[in-house]
Amino acid sequence: MKTLAPVAIAFISGIILVVSFFFNESTTFVGGLSEEILVWVTIVGGFTLLLGVVSITRVNLAAVRARKENWVYRLITLISIFAMAIPSVFPSSWSPLFGRQTGSIYDWLFVTMDMPMMATMFATLSFYIASAAYRAFRARNAEATLLLVTAVLVMLWRVPIGEAFLNLFPGHIPQLINEYVMNGVNLAVQRGIIIGAALGAAAMSLRIILGIERTYMGRG
Amino acid sequence: MIVFSAAILWYTRMARQGKSLFLRKIPGLNAVEEAVGRATEMGRPVLFIPGIQELDEIQTIAGISILGRVAKITAQYETPLMVPVRYPLVLAAGQEVVEQSYIEMGKGDSYDQDMVRYVAGEQFAFTANVNGYMMREKPATNIYMGAFFAESLLLAETGNAAGSIQIAGTAQPEQLPFFIAACDYTLMGEELYAASAYLSHEPVMLGGLKGQDLLKMIITILIIVGVILVSLGFGDTFISWFNAV
Repeated sequence: MKTLAPVAIAFISGIILVVSFFFNESTTFVGGLSEEILVWVTIVGGFTLLLGVVSITRVNLAAVRARKENWVYRLITLISIFAMAIPSVFPSSWSPLFGRQTGSIYDWLFVTMDMPMMATMFATLSFYIASAAYRAFRARNAEATLLLVTAVLVMLWRVPIGEAFLNLFPGHIPQLINEYVMNGVNLAVQRGIIIGAALGAAAMSLRIILGIERTYMGRG
Repeated sequence: MIVFSAAILWYTRMARQGKSLFLRKIPGLNAVEEAVGRATEMGRPVLFIPGIQELDEIQTIAGISILGRVAKITAQYETPLMVPVRYPLVLAAGQEVVEQSYIEMGKGDSYDQDMVRYVAGEQFAFTANVNGYMMREKPATNIYMGAFFAESLLLAETGNAAGSIQIAGTAQPEQLPFFIAACDYTLMGEELYAASAYLSHEPVMLGGLKGQDLLKMIITILIIVGVILVSLGFGDTFISWFNAV
């Protein structure tokens, strides 16, 4: 039963979602079943939010109690979680500081701390791209040299000064090369990968629905 | 859909009958056990990230399936395993999978539920936490299997700076170049979905892979035929065949 029940639920849910795709969801019962299942998924997912909070609290609280290395940062993590969560749960009618509207504690913490920190992390991506490009675009052999030249042309075409420089060459050759690389070679390869990935996803989905693949449940 | 399903079921039936099926080698998957062995020798942990999407994303399910295989290896070698996740549902699935793997290897006492831990719900908060872990703990092996977005290069470059051997797999075409540039092995697209079947060596699952390959061959032939017909001016006729179907 412990093995059969999850497989049966996966099979029934999967078949319903596949079949309902071919029916009108607003006018047929079968079509509307998929919407019902997705609502149930959202409800079940809501219960699991508590698991996440318990997990992060337990791990960090244990480290704080044991005064492990960098325990102060873990304490800040715990304080931050509850400082944002608790005021946002209370109704805004009790106080303008409660809830999640503009002017609330939650909104202030999100706008002044969360968003700048996320933007900072995103900004560091540019430096990581530079270091990855430095390692990847080395002219070790003929293919790597071709990659280097192509990458330089494409990157130059993406910045105004580069585009102005390339336009000095007669015949729009750099533009043609850039368009051929991006709209021809690159697009073709991406579509090939997408086709392969889509087939792989469909095959895996079929294996899961039919109960052949059960490794995601912890049963090989 | 019918042809696809029939192909998979046909090859699965052939596999059940004991017929041997050829599969090409996937270097990234062959390197998993070696990478975990490296971590064991160095006395450092293995970091596994099953993507940053929810459990309803098929790539995450593929990642969790691979996690089960990797957990069996870490259980066998008694190597510390760390699995940070971004969603509570993935946390629940990951804990179940890792626990079951440790029990199957007879190392149920070594299992710690905090091996799989919820880190953060925000994309870059998750990334910052994992990067900090990499720089502090210096895991010997990083395995990224699932759906990734802008944080892919942040994770891979930080892992590179920490001196880890890195194996990545994703079906996001935009992130593949970053993983290829920064990781030692990369599984591209369908190789991620094939990984679970490939690592299991179970004939039934390998049969599914062969069925999938048959359909890819059919699609490739149709593409070539379509290109030739369109070049010769019969594109409308070719397209009308599919409209009729």
